[in-house]
Amino acid sequence: MPKYAIYLVFLVTLVNCKGEQNVALDATDVYKSKGVEIPMYDFESFKPLLSINDGKTRVINFWATWCKPCVAELPYFELINSRYPDHEVEVILVSLDLPKQVETKLVPFLRKQKIESKVILLDDPDANSWIPKVNKDWSGSIPATIIYKGNTVNFYERSFTYNELEKELKKIL
Amino acid sequence: MKTLKILVGVAFIIAISAFAIDKVSNPPVTGGYAVGDVATDFELKNIDDAMVSLANYKDAKGFIVIFTCNHCPYSVAYEDRIIALDKMFKDKGYPVVAINPNNPKAYPDDSFDNMKVRAKEKGFTFPYLFDDGQKIYPQYGATKTPHVYILEKTAKGNIVRYIGAIDNNYKDASAADKKYVEDAVNALLSGNKVPVELTKAIGCSIKA
Repeated sequence: MPKYAIYLVFLVTLVNCKGEQNVALDATDVYKSKGVEIPMYDFESFKPLLSINDGKTRVINFWATWCKPCVAELPYFELINSRYPDHEVEVILVSLDLPKQVETKLVPFLRKQKIESKVILLDDPDANSWIPKVNKDWSGSIPATIIYKGNTVNFYERSFTYNELEKELKKIL
Repeated sequence: MKTLKILVGVAFIIAISAFAIDKVSNPPVTGGYAVGDVATDFELKNIDDAMVSLANYKDAKGFIVIFTCNHCPYSVAYEDRIIALDKMFKDKGYPVVAINPNNPKAYPDDSFDNMKVRAKEKGFTFPYLFDDGQKIYPQYGATKTPHVYILEKTAKGNIVRYIGAIDNNYKDASAADKKYVEDAVNALLSGNKVPVELTKAIGCSIKA
């Protein structure tokens, strides 16, 4: 309970000091099962996440359980998430799994791998309309990653090792 | 001084080999085709063990070349639509030619034997070719599956007229209101310009 209180005070202070917009994303749906909660978004509701200006660095990784190279690099994103304090760096894993595979593939995967980072589902089938809005250079293959803070945005359509990922993160921090 | 020279030499060799290893494990897809380019022909093994080339299709007006595979949920989601495209356009001169670009060492599901199994299960009406050695897809510039290249046969060769997705809804064929490939082939058949020449889509990264 005291822990929560500290967080709460901290959060309030942060918002007050900065006077920044409090960006609330409205999920189109939330999947809940066995202690796992996955908010689902279409691109319009997801889009604000790509431009939050609160001084925090965000690492946004597009992946899916069926994408081998994505799964291979997830531990590095998890490591970033655990090594950097929450108020400095937020890791968000954006799953592109098909909604009908959330229960059969995604949730079992997250539980088995004990994924701690925030996981959300982007479910918007009209990919041609939103891929260029994420980044004009993105062909649509995954893994793909955005690291941004404020107006500085770097986009990567590639896989990372831990050192490579941390190096790119430090460029922005 | 001599030691220094040797050290520099060793460092140089390490640097070079690191670069070489990187090159081998990540073959870069440099550019690939743009709309308007002439696409290469190929000779690839079909699931019936016969070799297939575009040049074999004497009467074709063009081709719907689709890089696809067994393991990818997006490819699987489109299988029925690929069959439908072949049925719709084969007799009109635009057959589907499917190519699996993946290295089975990376994705065992995409082995040649598993291609035969999948084609039989689904009743593929089109050739399903294996890009043995992963040599053809980088020339086209395919990055993921499914990835479509519509080619028009001309005196100058097979010219790329469309690159991208099959339609605008991978989840639900009936909800797709932009049928890019269908519209493109219909435009070519009636001698018109392809309305949308380039689209982007989520897909499974091709692994060499």
